[in-house]
Amino acid sequence: MATIQSIAGENEQHPDVALVERVRAGDVSAYDTLVRKYDRQVFRIAQHITQNREDAEDVMQDAFLKAYEKLDQFQGNSKFYTWLVRIAVNESLMRLRKRRTGKMVSIDEDVETEEGSVPRDLADWAPDPEQNYTQSELAEILRKTIQGLPPGFKVVFELRDVQGLSTEDTADALGLSIPAVKSRLLRARLQLRERLARYFRKKTVSAAMGPKGMGVDK
Amino acid sequence: MTCTEFLALLDDLIDDSVTTNMRADLQEHLRGCEHCEVTLNTTRKTIQIYRSNEIYDMPAGLRERLHAAIMARCKKGC
Repeated sequence: MATIQSIAGENEQHPDVALVERVRAGDVSAYDTLVRKYDRQVFRIAQHITQNREDAEDVMQDAFLKAYEKLDQFQGNSKFYTWLVRIAVNESLMRLRKRRTGKMVSIDEDVETEEGSVPRDLADWAPDPEQNYTQSELAEILRKTIQGLPPGFKVVFELRDVQGLSTEDTADALGLSIPAVKSRLLRARLQLRERLARYFRKKTVSAAMGPKGMGVDK
Repeated sequence: MTCTEFLALLDDLIDDSVTTNMRADLQEHLRGCEHCEVTLNTTRKTIQIYRSNEIYDMPAGLRERLHAAIMARCKKGC
């Protein structure tokens, strides 16, 4: 099989596949390498969905353990990471259902919302607006801003824009169609932009009170 | 091109997946529409800010706990 793949050229083996094969052959240290490579990303996905730090810790641990136990079922039709994300998303949703006492939570429900579908805040932003805030203030703004989005929007934005996955891999990981991923991404981007505008737009005299109680811009 | 048509292609423009002809049409619209230019630039900025800031730090010790859990699971048979 390896020969066929190397002839094809474009089907070069992903480094994760070699690591998975080593784990299957009994080399646990290869799994540590996979964990270190993806633990932050999995933790962030779990945080986005559960919105709870302890739950996210548990989800991350459960997802990696489950992936380890089910490694024989990993077919290689998907990339290892998209397969892992699918497990992590399911674990996160289960955790959320427990918290919400059985209320159905789904990543693929289409949220009917007009918010952000048409840009309303059309004021330009200050140049490098993030520099008006300390690192911790900025992180708080970014957390608060994204927390209000539906889970499906947050995870699509995280996978596509923050982690840099392709539309196809994002669709595969979330069990969504490609048009559904595209539609959620556009709405997520526009809603985040709209919500960040209140912090980052250029200050005018009529809105002169800055984030740190600064006076009127001269 | 109307603003609605521009907005429908905003993601493709940001993701650099438009044809040369389409890009020319989009840029033509941008030259005459300050609102769409602001929307494009601030949406790009939104993505860049989220990409370059870690908003959820992983708790210290979590990686070690996971390692220990995997090793414990492994001892039961792996």
